Amino acid sequence: MSTITSTIQSGASRELRNHVSVGQTVRNSFSMAYRGLLKVRRTPEQLIDVTLQPIIFTVMFTFIFGGAIAGNVASYLPLLIPGILVQTVITTSVVTGVQLREDMDKGVFDRFKSLPIARIAPLAGALLADTVRYTIATTITFVVGFILGYRPEGGIGFVVLAGLLVIVCAWALSWIFAFFGVIARSASSVQGISFLVLFPLTFLSNAFVPSDTMPDWLQWFVNINPVSHLVSAVRDLANLGTVGSDFWLALLGAAVVVMIFAPLTVRAYMRKA
Amino acid sequence: MATSSDWAVEATGLVKIFGDNRAVDGVDLRVRTGSVYGVLGPNGAGKTTVIRMLATLLRPDAGHATVFGHDVQHEAQIVRQLIGVTGQYASVDETLSATENLVLFSRLNGLGRAESRAKANELLEEFGLTAAAKRPLKNFSGGMRRRLDLAASLISQPPLIFLDEPTTGLDPRTRSQMWDTIRRLVSTGSTVLLTTQYLDEADQLADRIAVIDTGRVVAEGTADELKSSVGKSSLQLRLVNPADRDDAVRAIRSVLGVDVTLSPEAARITAPMQDPDRITDLLVALREQNISLTELAVQKPTLDEVFLTLTGHGVETDAATQPDASETPKGRVNA
Ligand SMILES: Nc1ncnc2c1ncn2[C@@H]1O[C@H](COP(=O)(O)OP(=O)(O)O)[C@@H](O)[C@H]1O
Ligand SMILES: [Mg+2]
Repeated sequence: MSTITSTIQSGASRELRNHVSVGQTVRNSFSMAYRGLLKVRRTPEQLIDVTLQPIIFTVMFTFIFGGAIAGNVASYLPLLIPGILVQTVITTSVVTGVQLREDMDKGVFDRFKSLPIARIAPLAGALLADTVRYTIATTITFVVGFILGYRPEGGIGFVVLAGLLVIVCAWALSWIFAFFGVIARSASSVQGISFLVLFPLTFLSNAFVPSDTMPDWLQWFVNINPVSHLVSAVRDLANLGTVGSDFWLALLGAAVVVMIFAPLTVRAYMRKA
Repeated sequence: MATSSDWAVEATGLVKIFGDNRAVDGVDLRVRTGSVYGVLGPNGAGKTTVIRMLATLLRPDAGHATVFGHDVQHEAQIVRQLIGVTGQYASVDETLSATENLVLFSRLNGLGRAESRAKANELLEEFGLTAAAKRPLKNFSGGMRRRLDLAASLISQPPLIFLDEPTTGLDPRTRSQMWDTIRRLVSTGSTVLLTTQYLDEADQLADRIAVIDTGRVVAEGTADELKSSVGKSSLQLRLVNPADRDDAVRAIRSVLGVDVTLSPEAARITAPMQDPDRITDLLVALREQNISLTELAVQKPTLDEVFLTLTGHGVETDAATQPDASETPKGRVNA
């Protein structure tokens, strides 16, 4: 049977609905996430930041700071790997916003907007697909750490839990960058604003060095910085196998970010979409 | 009186303002169900903006439009179930292959996994893209991209299809293939609203045409109505021997009954052509008098002439910078 030669049902006789069900929204979002994964497969160079960066940063930081900060490399790894992990994965979440902006400027977005799908699906799909990137970055960081001699005391179960915590928090943060992506004029400006937010968050934290050698004012910021709590939580999980208050604080921080930025992003996105 | 289902599109007073540019400035359109409607205008006339408003992609600043009786703003999701949109700039995903695109859009249209695959294959076959199905779109020609774009618009078999400049930039062969495809679409009962910069394209495909200029509809009617408002085609002759000129002019006067225009070098004769059938008589008369021709051409009215007649000004870029643009035979407006 041929599509173009079969008769088309008239517009007046069709059964139509003006709203989208929750089930359809979920299905549409997964279809859009599937598209994100196909794109990655077609352009594997997109994965450079989640593959090479963890490798280079882990090796570089280990040998540059290892001796100075912890006396030797082996005793620096339990401090460093969680820090590098958090830093890499969070940096990766910036890409969500940049790619969203690029995508929204493309012709294919017009088709998404003209289809009877949930309005939110392209955004939800992009955020969903990016969790795969976070997973890759997380896995690679732990593997490189292991090769360098990192043996997390917490055991594999807690390492996986730590990885999941980082992925959840990165996903939460990606809402901030998605928001920039939706409101910015160009992809490069998204990158610019995002790094402006990102650098203080990741470097003014306990990710690479213990905070007790810092001046008081800096310690104050480092101690309230949610990234520090996330790093501490990952250290507790991976190195000690404990779930401490930092774990809950990190999750709380993630929840707050999502509660603020998800509605903002969705509102701005719907206005444009 | 027509009921609402007679009209695929009814728009009144559509306005879209970008900054201080009134891109669309009070457009009314009525497209009858089952017809092909052409929106004809030069670059920047507002064609794409009109389509985007009708296709729920852009909110009108004023005015009101319905698709099969459903309001494009308040019942947008219903309208989206009734339309297919093929944008001026390919609205397919450049990073994916043709199959992946069609499967994705099928999934988004609510088809299951297997159904989507079948639908994609069927459409690829239909549009002659099977051989290129797995290749990334980057290597696709303009024509292939357009075909894929159109295929993607047909997944849900929408009763109304918007085609924004479906053949701009295509070579003549691909262009006539696209015309055939559009004709087949219409024969299945689809309503088509297409935009174009080419008078002959609107002429070939559209039942009715709206001519649009700087955001306003300046004329509306059938192709014949439009053309007769512009004047008929003209006949151009070039003689082998310029000395035959006076005889040729006399023959034209007596056979066609019209006055002619002579080009400065006098080798070319231009005559307004009312009735194409009479040309045969003229050619017989010329042969009887042993007047040989090097060239015989029929020049159709160009978009430029349509514009000149309808708006009192030519198509801006052409009229200002290329005084001889009206001599291009196809009415193509330079971008
Ligand atoms: N998104 C936009 N922002 C600002 N101006 C626009 C936008 N889209 C179109 N325009 C302007 O509106 C006018 C009509 O454009 P358009 O509808 O694309 O014309 P056409 O499709 O007939 O070539 C042009 O002057 C164009 O520059
Ligand atoms: Mg256009």
